[in-house]
Amino acid sequence: MNYSNTFLAMLFRDLRIAFRQRAEIMLPVIFFVVVVSLFPLAISPDPTVLKSIGPGVIWIAALLSILLSLQSLFRSDFNDGSMEQILLSPFPGSLLMLARIVAQWCVTGLPLIIISPLLGLLLHLDAHVILVLFISLLLGVPYLNMVGAIGVALTIGLRQAGALLSLLVLPLYVPVLIFGSNAVISAANDLPYNGQLLWLAALLVIATTLSPFVISSALRVSCSYR
Amino acid sequence: MSVKDKVWLWFHRMASPAYFYKLAGQLLPWSIVATIILMLIGLVGGLVFAPADYQQGDGFRIIYVHVPAAWMSMFVYMVMAVNSAIFLIWHIKLSDIVARSSAVIGASFTFLALVTGSIWGKPMWGTWWVWDARLTSELLLLFLYLGYIGLRSAIDDRRVAGKAASILALVGAINIPIIHYSVIWWNTLHQAPSVSKFDNPSIEMNMLIPLLCMAIAFKLFYLCILLINSRSELLEQEKRSNWVKELVTSS
Repeated sequence: MNYSNTFLAMLFRDLRIAFRQRAEIMLPVIFFVVVVSLFPLAISPDPTVLKSIGPGVIWIAALLSILLSLQSLFRSDFNDGSMEQILLSPFPGSLLMLARIVAQWCVTGLPLIIISPLLGLLLHLDAHVILVLFISLLLGVPYLNMVGAIGVALTIGLRQAGALLSLLVLPLYVPVLIFGSNAVISAANDLPYNGQLLWLAALLVIATTLSPFVISSALRVSCSYR
Repeated sequence: MSVKDKVWLWFHRMASPAYFYKLAGQLLPWSIVATIILMLIGLVGGLVFAPADYQQGDGFRIIYVHVPAAWMSMFVYMVMAVNSAIFLIWHIKLSDIVARSSAVIGASFTFLALVTGSIWGKPMWGTWWVWDARLTSELLLLFLYLGYIGLRSAIDDRRVAGKAASILALVGAINIPIIHYSVIWWNTLHQAPSVSKFDNPSIEMNMLIPLLCMAIAFKLFYLCILLINSRSELLEQEKRSNWVKELVTSS
């Protein structure tokens, strides 16, 4: 079995497991929609206000929803011991973990990105702004998944993992939040937004190349703890 | 013996807990004395002899605490990251102890820089807090420190805690420049530049010299605390080894 077959085997295994629990897949997306729809109630239903806060609201909601979905990333494998087997396999742990994150992204990140134009409409964003929002989420959300997975890998064996995870991960999300929401705001003000999108792409490349190694070594540390 | 061998010998000696404990004990009094002298020179020079700023009056004098603290906050994280890398690569326990002892000191310096920045901001900007690039990235740095300390204290096993926290420190070290420059970029885009402390390109010599004294004094102060902390951490970690037993029975 070569590396690409291994990658695909792991990916399809994870997707199959995920699709057997459909309700769990829907929860982060529902959370995303509910959080966004609370903002008009709390601030103002005025379209001009919603237009100005919209990009930031959608980005923060996406970030929190990914953070919420991260909790279950390695949980069941870690609890039933298959994580040790995955790490002991002759294939590089970083490859297998990359497959796991891609699967996680398909299940939680992708639905969220697909539904985001609808939320853009709810917040009265213009059509071309919604397109930029869509692209920025497409580039930014995988970064959130990967960097978040580092935090999960470090905290998986701990009792109070949830609060600690947000403390570890949220400061690392700041650059993506800045570039992502700013691209959308620039587009809404008819300013050039290519730079921000290119930054998001660059961050995604860095995260894709480095984070799988960090995640697999962090998981080795966490597994040695038990 | 070639220079390279000498360096390696020194490296191995430093990595030995017993040797480091002794060396740290000998170094400590000297560094305490040097800290006190330099801090006195810096404080007297800065608070008494330096002329008042033509724009900010005497209010600028908080610079002698604020700027060294802000410099230290970055410096200590760098020390932590380098030691974490050494610990992960060569498994030198001493590096882990240095990183562990540095975290709380670094967080305190960051907090001090934030508090003094806020106190300085009240008369200068007219408000306690401005979303200025420097202040914001300092705040995020504080969060990174708190995450590091939180992760370390959440794991009971010391060896595992050291490894996990070292990985986190390296991830943070890669991210700090990205966070820093993204915040600067965000700031220049969002608001007009605030009153910057280096607006006037040249800072006068009798203002600068006390500042440099204070910067070195802060570094030495960090060294003192680091030595005290790591000595006690070493004793606790090595409590079952022979040299600690000898130390306890001989005293």
